Amino acid sequence: MYIVIAGCGRVGSSLARQLLGEGHEVCVIDESPEALSLLGDDFAGRFVIGQAIDWETLHEARVGEADAYVTATDGDNTNIVSAQIAREHFGVRCSVARVFDPLRADLFEQTGIRTVCPTKDAQELLHEAVGSCLL
Amino acid sequence: MFIVIVGCGKVGVNTARSLLHMGHEVIVIEQRKSRYDLLVEELGESLMFGDGTEIWVLEKAGIARADLVVAVTGDDEDNIIISQIARLKFSAPKVVARVNNPFNQPTFDVLGIDATICAAANMLRLIMHELPAHKFVPLLTLKRENIEVVELEVGETSPLANRRIADLVLPDGVLLSAVLRDGKALLPAQAAEIVPGDYVICLLEPGSETELIHAFLPDESVAAVQAEGEIEFYGGE
Repeated sequence: MYIVIAGCGRVGSSLARQLLGEGHEVCVIDESPEALSLLGDDFAGRFVIGQAIDWETLHEARVGEADAYVTATDGDNTNIVSAQIAREHFGVRCSVARVFDPLRADLFEQTGIRTVCPTKDAQELLHEAVGSCLL
Repeated sequence: MFIVIVGCGKVGVNTARSLLHMGHEVIVIEQRKSRYDLLVEELGESLMFGDGTEIWVLEKAGIARADLVVAVTGDDEDNIIISQIARLKFSAPKVVARVNNPFNQPTFDVLGIDATICAAANMLRLIMHELPAHKFVPLLTLKRENIEVVELEVGETSPLANRRIADLVLPDGVLLSAVLRDGKALLPAQAAEIVPGDYVICLLEPGSETELIHAFLPDESVAAVQAEGEIEFYGGE
């Protein structure tokens, strides 16, 4: 499978390496060339410099051919908009955005993208952890 | 009318002032503390501090009863998100969004945000209008209303030249609204006839452009004239 990830921070870079390890073809987009270093010297995927909502950057990353698109930049709004561009313009059916704000994460599922909300997940895990401590 | 404006930069604050002056009820949301502090004395309760891309902030501003939402921050992704929240969550009857970077216009279009204003594109249109030898300028496009205003030169060989305006048969879906002669606009009744070298300002349905250009500039390639008038931006940001 071909997977494009926008945002090469801790999450984006780790996810890229994980997917590569599973045998997928991976392309990572980040606006900063320095972000490449997070992927490690042995990174065998592609790296495109540009912004996640810039159509030319997305073309260069061949988002139109992607089986899945993931946005994990540090901006919720950028992630949501970029994931929608991938779906609505480039026709990627599996388009997933990382959204920290639980309210926006819920609302924008209506637009056809999938959202993952680390805030909600952390809260649930912490709740579980507290619960098991108290047992 | 109750109007919620997100973004109190130069555009936001001047929009707010005008709307307040016209007697409307206005709330402007600004997320930069320094900007908020600067304007709060003037705008008082019409100014609210917060991130207007957050649903709860918009809710607190009263977006649920807004007649109009205006998204004029300096970030296009924020303006898109504000417009979408207004529509999806609060069913706002009208939303107007600012496009900062003209390269992002297609994103607004593809996401169905149809009432947009792009200062860069509008400026380019007016500059084209001021250029001495222009043939065709699309002055204004109202996408949702499905109508546009164009300015077009009257060519020497146009079958419509040197004819009484009242007798002109224009393509379907076109209304001749004004004639520009020697830098002055004349209403059709004042101009009486059109002569080569005049410019006509027409109101038309998108799609009638081709026929209209052919009628006024029969010797020109329609595609070339359209390309000349196209609002295009090149290069990076």
